[in-house]
Amino acid sequence: MFTRLSGQVVKRPLKQWVNAFMQARGVSGTAGAPQSNTKAIAATAAVATTAAAGLGYYFYANPIHANMEEEGLHPPAYPWSHRSLFGTFDHASIRRGYQVYREVCSACHSLDRIAWRNLVDVSHTEDEVRAMAEEFEYKDGPNEIGDYFERPGKLSDYMPRPYPNDEAARAGNGGALPPDLSLMVKARHGGCDYIFALLTGYVDPPAGVEIREGLNYNPYFPGGSIAMARLLYDGLVEYDDGTPATTSQMAKDVTTFLAWAAEPEHDDRKKMGVKAIIILSAMTILSIWIKRNRFASLKSRKFLYAPPK
Amino acid sequence: MDARNNGLEKFSRSVYRTIFRRNSVFMVGIFATAFAFEMAFDTATDRWWDRMNKDKQWKDIKDRYSQ
Repeated sequence: MFTRLSGQVVKRPLKQWVNAFMQARGVSGTAGAPQSNTKAIAATAAVATTAAAGLGYYFYANPIHANMEEEGLHPPAYPWSHRSLFGTFDHASIRRGYQVYREVCSACHSLDRIAWRNLVDVSHTEDEVRAMAEEFEYKDGPNEIGDYFERPGKLSDYMPRPYPNDEAARAGNGGALPPDLSLMVKARHGGCDYIFALLTGYVDPPAGVEIREGLNYNPYFPGGSIAMARLLYDGLVEYDDGTPATTSQMAKDVTTFLAWAAEPEHDDRKKMGVKAIIILSAMTILSIWIKRNRFASLKSRKFLYAPPK
Repeated sequence: MDARNNGLEKFSRSVYRTIFRRNSVFMVGIFATAFAFEMAFDTATDRWWDRMNKDKQWKDIKDRYSQ
Protein backbone atom coordinates (compact mmCIF):
# COMPACT_ATOMS: atom_id res chain seq x y z
CA MET A 1 0.00 0.00 0.00
CA PHE A 2 2.75 2.40 0.89
CA THR A 3 4.52 1.93 -2.42
CA ARG A 4 1.35 2.67 -4.32
CA LEU A 5 0.76 5.83 -2.31
CA SER A 6 4.27 7.15 -2.66
CA GLY A 7 4.21 6.37 -6.36
CA GLN A 8 1.21 8.64 -6.75
CA VAL A 9 2.79 11.36 -4.70
CA VAL A 10 5.94 11.32 -6.80
CA LYS A 11 4.14 11.02 -10.10
CA ARG A 12 1.77 13.92 -9.78
CA PRO A 13 4.21 16.81 -9.31
CA LEU A 14 6.45 15.34 -11.99
CA LYS A 15 3.62 15.53 -14.47
CA GLN A 16 3.01 19.12 -13.46
CA TRP A 17 6.64 20.00 -13.93
CA VAL A 18 6.72 18.45 -17.35
CA ASN A 19 3.55 20.27 -18.36
CA ALA A 20 4.92 23.58 -17.09
CA PHE A 21 8.11 23.05 -19.02
CA MET A 22 6.28 22.16 -22.22
CA GLN A 23 4.04 25.17 -21.92
CA ALA A 24 6.90 27.50 -21.27
CA ARG A 25 8.49 26.28 -24.49
CA GLY A 26 5.32 26.87 -26.43
CA VAL A 27 4.32 23.25 -26.66
CA SER A 28 0.72 22.70 -25.75
CA GLY A 29 0.36 20.51 -22.70
CA THR A 30 -1.44 17.25 -23.11
CA ALA A 31 -3.25 17.29 -19.80
CA GLY A 32 -3.55 19.25 -16.55
CA ALA A 33 -5.35 22.43 -15.69
CA PRO A 34 -3.70 25.66 -16.95
CA GLN A 35 -4.19 27.13 -13.49
CA SER A 36 -1.78 24.68 -11.84
CA ASN A 37 0.77 25.26 -14.63
CA THR A 38 1.03 28.97 -13.92
CA LYS A 39 1.44 28.15 -10.25
CA ALA A 40 4.25 25.74 -11.02
CA ILE A 41 6.07 28.30 -13.16
CA ALA A 42 5.73 30.91 -10.45
CA ALA A 43 7.04 28.46 -7.86
CA THR A 44 10.00 27.55 -10.08
CA ALA A 45 10.86 31.19 -10.63
CA ALA A 46 10.60 31.91 -6.91
CA VAL A 47 12.85 28.97 -5.98
CA ALA A 48 15.40 29.86 -8.66
CA THR A 49 15.51 33.50 -7.60
CA THR A 50 15.92 32.58 -3.95
CA ALA A 51 18.66 30.09 -4.74
CA ALA A 52 20.53 32.56 -6.93
CA ALA A 53 20.23 35.28 -4.33
CA GLY A 54 21.37 32.94 -1.58
CA LEU A 55 24.34 31.73 -3.59
CA GLY A 56 25.25 35.27 -4.51
CA TYR A 57 25.14 36.34 -0.88
CA TYR A 58 27.20 33.31 0.17
CA PHE A 59 29.97 34.14 -2.29
CA TYR A 60 29.76 37.81 -1.34
CA ALA A 61 30.15 36.94 2.34
CA ASN A 62 32.76 34.17 1.74
CA PRO A 63 34.84 35.29 -1.19
CA ILE A 64 36.94 32.52 -2.72
CA HIS A 65 40.55 33.51 -2.96
CA ALA A 66 43.87 31.79 -2.75
CA ASN A 67 45.38 33.12 0.44
CA MET A 68 48.94 32.54 -0.61
CA GLU A 69 50.33 34.99 1.88
CA GLU A 70 49.02 33.39 5.05
CA GLU A 71 49.12 29.77 3.96
CA GLY A 72 52.16 29.90 1.76
CA LEU A 73 52.45 29.23 -1.95
CA HIS A 74 51.50 25.68 -2.88
CA PRO A 75 54.62 23.81 -3.97
CA PRO A 76 54.68 22.20 -7.40
CA ALA A 77 54.69 18.39 -7.59
CA TYR A 78 58.24 17.30 -8.30
CA PRO A 79 59.12 13.95 -9.91
CA TRP A 80 60.74 12.32 -6.87
CA SER A 81 62.36 9.00 -7.58
CA HIS A 82 60.43 7.53 -4.66
CA ARG A 83 57.07 9.03 -5.59
CA SER A 84 55.90 6.15 -7.76
CA LEU A 85 53.97 3.28 -6.24
CA PHE A 86 56.83 0.88 -6.95
CA GLY A 87 59.76 3.26 -6.43
CA THR A 88 62.36 3.00 -3.67
CA PHE A 89 64.47 5.87 -2.46
CA ASP A 90 67.44 6.83 -4.58
CA HIS A 91 70.11 5.77 -2.08
CA ALA A 92 72.92 7.63 -3.81
CA SER A 93 70.79 10.74 -3.26
CA ILE A 94 70.29 9.84 0.42
CA ARG A 95 74.07 9.62 0.78
CA ARG A 96 74.61 13.03 -0.82
CA GLY A 97 71.72 14.41 1.23
CA TYR A 98 73.34 13.22 4.44
CA GLN A 99 76.45 15.12 3.44
CA VAL A 100 74.41 18.28 2.91
CA TYR A 101 72.65 17.77 6.25
CA ARG A 102 75.97 17.23 8.05
CA GLU A 103 77.78 20.16 6.44
CA VAL A 104 74.93 22.68 6.32
CA CYS A 105 71.71 21.85 8.16
CA SER A 106 73.20 20.22 11.27
CA ALA A 107 74.69 23.53 12.35
CA CYS A 108 71.21 24.47 13.61
CA HIS A 109 68.83 21.53 13.13
CA SER A 110 68.83 18.38 15.24
CA LEU A 111 67.93 14.93 13.90
CA ASP A 112 66.98 13.25 17.15
CA ARG A 113 65.30 10.12 15.89
CA ILE A 114 68.07 8.92 13.62
CA ALA A 115 70.92 6.89 15.10
CA TRP A 116 74.23 6.27 13.39
CA ARG A 117 73.32 2.62 12.96
CA ASN A 118 70.33 3.62 10.82
CA LEU A 119 72.68 4.81 8.10
CA VAL A 120 74.41 1.43 7.82
CA ASP A 121 73.55 -0.28 4.53
CA VAL A 122 71.25 2.58 3.63
CA SER A 123 73.69 5.27 2.56
CA HIS A 124 77.05 4.26 4.03
CA THR A 125 78.98 1.11 4.85
CA GLU A 126 79.39 0.09 8.47
CA ASP A 127 83.05 1.14 8.55
CA GLU A 128 82.20 4.56 7.17
CA VAL A 129 79.46 5.10 9.76
CA ARG A 130 81.77 3.99 12.61
CA ALA A 131 84.37 6.50 11.46
CA MET A 132 81.78 9.27 11.20
CA ALA A 133 80.36 8.52 14.65
CA GLU A 134 83.80 8.55 16.24
CA GLU A 135 84.32 12.15 15.15
CA PHE A 136 81.77 13.23 17.77
CA GLU A 137 82.16 13.12 21.53
CA TYR A 138 79.29 11.76 23.59
CA LYS A 139 78.73 12.18 27.29
CA ASP A 140 78.47 8.84 29.03
CA GLY A 141 78.55 7.44 32.53
CA PRO A 142 78.63 6.95 35.33
CA ASN A 143 81.75 4.80 35.37
CA GLU A 144 82.84 2.59 38.29
CA ILE A 145 83.84 5.59 40.41
CA GLY A 146 80.64 7.48 39.56
CA ASP A 147 82.03 10.02 37.14
CA TYR A 148 80.59 11.09 33.82
CA PHE A 149 83.00 11.09 30.95
CA GLU A 150 83.30 11.86 27.27
CA ARG A 151 83.79 9.08 24.76
CA PRO A 152 83.77 8.88 20.95
CA GLY A 153 80.45 8.05 19.34
CA LYS A 154 79.27 4.51 18.65
CA LEU A 155 76.86 3.07 16.11
CA SER A 156 74.10 2.94 18.70
CA ASP A 157 74.34 6.68 19.50
CA TYR A 158 71.78 9.06 18.09
CA MET A 159 72.74 12.03 15.94
CA PRO A 160 74.37 14.74 18.06
CA ARG A 161 72.32 17.89 18.62
CA PRO A 162 73.68 21.28 17.67
CA TYR A 163 72.33 22.86 20.87
CA PRO A 164 72.01 21.29 24.32
CA ASN A 165 68.34 22.32 24.60
CA ASP A 166 65.60 24.30 22.90
CA GLU A 167 66.30 27.47 24.88
CA ALA A 168 69.91 27.48 23.73
CA ALA A 169 68.71 26.88 20.17
CA ARG A 170 66.32 29.82 20.39
CA ALA A 171 68.96 32.06 21.89
CA GLY A 172 71.36 31.17 19.12
CA ASN A 173 68.89 31.89 16.33
CA GLY A 174 67.32 35.22 17.20
CA GLY A 175 64.43 33.69 19.15
CA ALA A 176 63.39 31.23 16.43
CA LEU A 177 63.68 27.52 17.22
CA PRO A 178 65.12 25.47 14.34
CA PRO A 179 62.77 22.45 14.32
CA ASP A 180 64.00 18.90 14.58
CA LEU A 181 64.20 17.45 11.09
CA SER A 182 63.60 13.76 11.86
CA LEU A 183 59.95 13.79 10.84
CA MET A 184 59.86 17.06 8.96
CA VAL A 185 58.78 15.53 5.65
CA LYS A 186 55.78 13.96 7.37
CA ALA A 187 55.07 17.02 9.48
CA ARG A 188 54.54 19.55 6.70
CA HIS A 189 51.81 19.82 4.11
CA GLY A 190 53.29 18.96 0.75
CA GLY A 191 56.07 16.84 2.28
CA CYS A 192 59.08 16.60 -0.01
CA ASP A 193 57.64 19.09 -2.50
CA TYR A 194 57.24 21.70 0.20
CA ILE A 195 60.74 21.30 1.59
CA PHE A 196 62.37 21.42 -1.83
CA ALA A 197 60.29 24.45 -2.80
CA LEU A 198 61.16 26.15 0.47
CA LEU A 199 64.89 25.53 0.16
CA THR A 200 65.03 26.81 -3.40
CA GLY A 201 62.27 29.42 -3.12
CA TYR A 202 64.06 32.37 -1.46
CA VAL A 203 63.38 35.57 -3.39
CA ASP A 204 63.41 39.29 -2.67
CA PRO A 205 60.18 40.41 -1.01
CA PRO A 206 57.67 41.88 -3.45
CA ALA A 207 56.89 45.58 -3.34
CA GLY A 208 54.87 46.54 -0.30
CA VAL A 209 55.86 43.54 1.83
CA GLU A 210 57.78 44.50 4.93
CA ILE A 211 60.16 41.89 6.31
CA ARG A 212 61.37 42.38 9.87
CA GLU A 213 65.04 42.60 10.67
CA GLY A 214 66.52 39.10 10.93
CA LEU A 215 63.76 37.46 8.92
CA ASN A 216 63.76 36.45 5.26
CA TYR A 217 61.10 36.35 2.60
CA ASN A 218 60.03 32.99 1.22
CA PRO A 219 56.68 32.71 -0.56
CA TYR A 220 56.36 28.98 0.25
CA PHE A 221 56.58 29.56 4.01
CA PRO A 222 53.21 30.29 5.61
CA GLY A 223 53.23 33.97 6.42
CA GLY A 224 56.06 34.62 4.02
CA SER A 225 58.74 35.61 6.52
CA ILE A 226 61.01 32.84 7.75
CA ALA A 227 63.84 33.06 10.24
CA MET A 228 66.04 30.64 8.29
CA ALA A 229 68.03 32.41 5.62
CA ARG A 230 68.84 30.92 2.26
CA LEU A 231 71.77 28.61 2.85
CA LEU A 232 72.14 26.50 -0.27
CA TYR A 233 74.27 28.18 -2.90
CA ASP A 234 75.87 26.50 -5.92
CA GLY A 235 79.07 24.70 -4.99
CA LEU A 236 78.54 24.86 -1.22
CA VAL A 237 79.49 21.21 -0.68
CA GLU A 238 81.68 18.92 -2.72
CA TYR A 239 80.07 15.55 -3.45
CA ASP A 240 82.36 12.53 -3.37
CA ASP A 241 80.60 10.95 -6.36
CA GLY A 242 81.31 13.94 -8.58
CA THR A 243 77.74 15.20 -8.86
CA PRO A 244 77.74 18.96 -9.48
CA ALA A 245 76.53 20.58 -6.25
CA THR A 246 74.01 23.07 -7.58
CA THR A 247 71.44 24.63 -5.30
CA SER A 248 68.63 22.47 -6.64
CA GLN A 249 70.77 19.32 -6.55
CA MET A 250 71.62 19.89 -2.88
CA ALA A 251 68.00 20.72 -2.06
CA LYS A 252 66.83 17.57 -3.82
CA ASP A 253 69.41 15.40 -2.07
CA VAL A 254 68.78 16.76 1.40
CA THR A 255 65.03 16.43 0.87
CA THR A 256 65.46 12.81 -0.16
CA PHE A 257 67.59 12.28 2.93
CA LEU A 258 64.93 13.83 5.15
CA ALA A 259 62.23 11.77 3.45
CA TRP A 260 64.25 8.67 4.32
CA ALA A 261 64.76 9.95 7.89
CA ALA A 262 61.00 10.38 8.26
CA GLU A 263 60.22 6.99 6.74
CA PRO A 264 63.18 4.62 7.06
CA GLU A 265 60.82 1.70 6.47
CA HIS A 266 59.65 3.17 3.16
CA ASP A 267 61.41 0.76 0.75
CA ASP A 268 60.43 -2.40 2.61
CA ARG A 269 56.92 -1.13 3.17
CA LYS A 270 56.31 -0.59 -0.52
CA LYS A 271 57.79 -3.94 -1.45
CA MET A 272 55.69 -5.76 1.14
CA GLY A 273 52.66 -3.79 0.02
CA VAL A 274 53.07 -4.86 -3.59
CA LYS A 275 53.42 -8.48 -2.54
CA ALA A 276 50.39 -8.27 -0.27
CA ILE A 277 48.30 -6.70 -3.03
CA ILE A 278 49.25 -9.43 -5.49
CA ILE A 279 48.43 -12.23 -3.04
CA LEU A 280 45.24 -10.66 -1.75
CA SER A 281 43.87 -9.93 -5.21
CA ALA A 282 44.53 -13.53 -6.20
CA MET A 283 42.76 -14.68 -3.04
CA THR A 284 39.81 -12.37 -3.73
CA ILE A 285 39.38 -13.67 -7.25
CA LEU A 286 39.69 -17.24 -6.01
CA SER A 287 37.12 -16.72 -3.26
CA ILE A 288 34.65 -15.13 -5.70
CA TRP A 289 35.09 -18.07 -8.01
CA ILE A 290 34.61 -20.58 -5.20
CA LYS A 291 31.48 -18.78 -4.02
CA ARG A 292 30.00 -18.88 -7.51
CA ASN A 293 30.98 -22.50 -7.83
CA ARG A 294 29.30 -23.46 -4.56
CA PHE A 295 26.23 -21.35 -5.21
CA ALA A 296 25.74 -22.54 -8.79
CA SER A 297 23.70 -25.57 -7.76
CA LEU A 298 21.68 -23.53 -5.24
CA LYS A 299 20.89 -20.68 -7.60
CA SER A 300 19.83 -22.91 -10.46
CA ARG A 301 17.55 -24.94 -8.20
CA LYS A 302 13.80 -24.64 -8.45
CA PHE A 303 11.38 -25.63 -5.69
CA LEU A 304 7.93 -26.75 -6.57
CA TYR A 305 5.16 -27.34 -4.12
CA ALA A 306 3.17 -30.40 -4.90
CA PRO A 307 0.01 -30.20 -2.83
CA PRO A 308 -1.13 -33.48 -1.33
CA LYS A 309 -3.87 -35.07 -3.33
CA MET B 1 31.94 -44.60 -16.31
CA ASP B 2 31.68 -41.85 -18.88
CA ALA B 3 34.24 -42.47 -21.58
CA ARG B 4 34.77 -38.75 -22.18
CA ASN B 5 35.93 -38.09 -18.64
CA ASN B 6 37.99 -41.19 -18.35
CA GLY B 7 41.38 -39.44 -18.31
CA LEU B 8 40.23 -36.74 -15.91
CA GLU B 9 38.57 -39.31 -13.72
CA LYS B 10 41.72 -41.35 -13.56
CA PHE B 11 43.77 -38.27 -12.73
CA SER B 12 41.49 -37.09 -9.94
CA ARG B 13 41.33 -40.59 -8.50
CA SER B 14 45.11 -40.78 -8.41
CA VAL B 15 45.32 -37.31 -6.84
CA TYR B 16 42.83 -38.39 -4.25
CA ARG B 17 44.71 -41.61 -3.54
CA THR B 18 48.15 -39.98 -3.25
CA ILE B 19 47.30 -36.71 -1.47
CA PHE B 20 43.88 -36.46 0.08
CA ARG B 21 43.27 -39.92 1.44
CA ARG B 22 45.69 -39.69 4.35
CA ASN B 23 45.38 -36.52 6.40
CA SER B 24 49.08 -36.64 7.32
CA VAL B 25 50.08 -36.62 3.66
CA PHE B 26 47.60 -33.83 2.99
CA MET B 27 48.98 -31.66 5.81
CA VAL B 28 52.59 -32.25 4.81
CA GLY B 29 51.59 -31.40 1.27
CA ILE B 30 50.05 -28.11 2.36
CA PHE B 31 53.14 -27.06 4.28
CA ALA B 32 55.52 -28.13 1.54
CA THR B 33 53.50 -26.27 -1.09
CA ALA B 34 53.35 -23.17 1.09
CA PHE B 35 57.15 -23.15 1.47
CA ALA B 36 57.73 -23.79 -2.20
CA PHE B 37 55.21 -21.18 -3.26
CA GLU B 38 56.59 -18.51 -0.95
CA MET B 39 60.14 -19.10 -2.14
CA ALA B 40 59.12 -18.95 -5.77
CA PHE B 41 56.84 -15.93 -5.27
CA ASP B 42 59.45 -13.98 -3.29
CA THR B 43 62.17 -14.73 -5.80
CA ALA B 44 60.01 -13.61 -8.69
CA THR B 45 58.69 -10.42 -7.07
CA ASP B 46 62.12 -9.46 -5.67
CA ARG B 47 63.68 -9.83 -9.07
CA TRP B 48 60.98 -7.68 -10.62
CA TRP B 49 61.35 -5.12 -7.81
CA ASP B 50 65.10 -4.90 -8.26
CA ARG B 51 64.68 -4.43 -11.99
CA MET B 52 62.15 -1.64 -11.39
CA ASN B 53 64.54 0.11 -9.01
CA LYS B 54 67.80 -0.53 -10.76
CA ASP B 55 70.73 1.66 -9.62
CA LYS B 56 68.65 3.21 -6.85
CA GLN B 57 68.97 0.73 -3.99
CA TRP B 58 71.92 0.42 -1.64
CA LYS B 59 72.94 -2.96 -3.01
CA ASP B 60 73.38 -1.36 -6.44
CA ILE B 61 75.72 1.37 -5.22
CA LYS B 62 77.55 -0.21 -2.29
CA ASP B 63 80.40 -1.51 -4.44
CA ARG B 64 81.49 2.08 -4.95
CA TYR B 65 82.13 2.54 -1.23
CA SER B 66 83.41 -0.79 0.07
CA GLN B 67 86.85 -1.96 -0.93
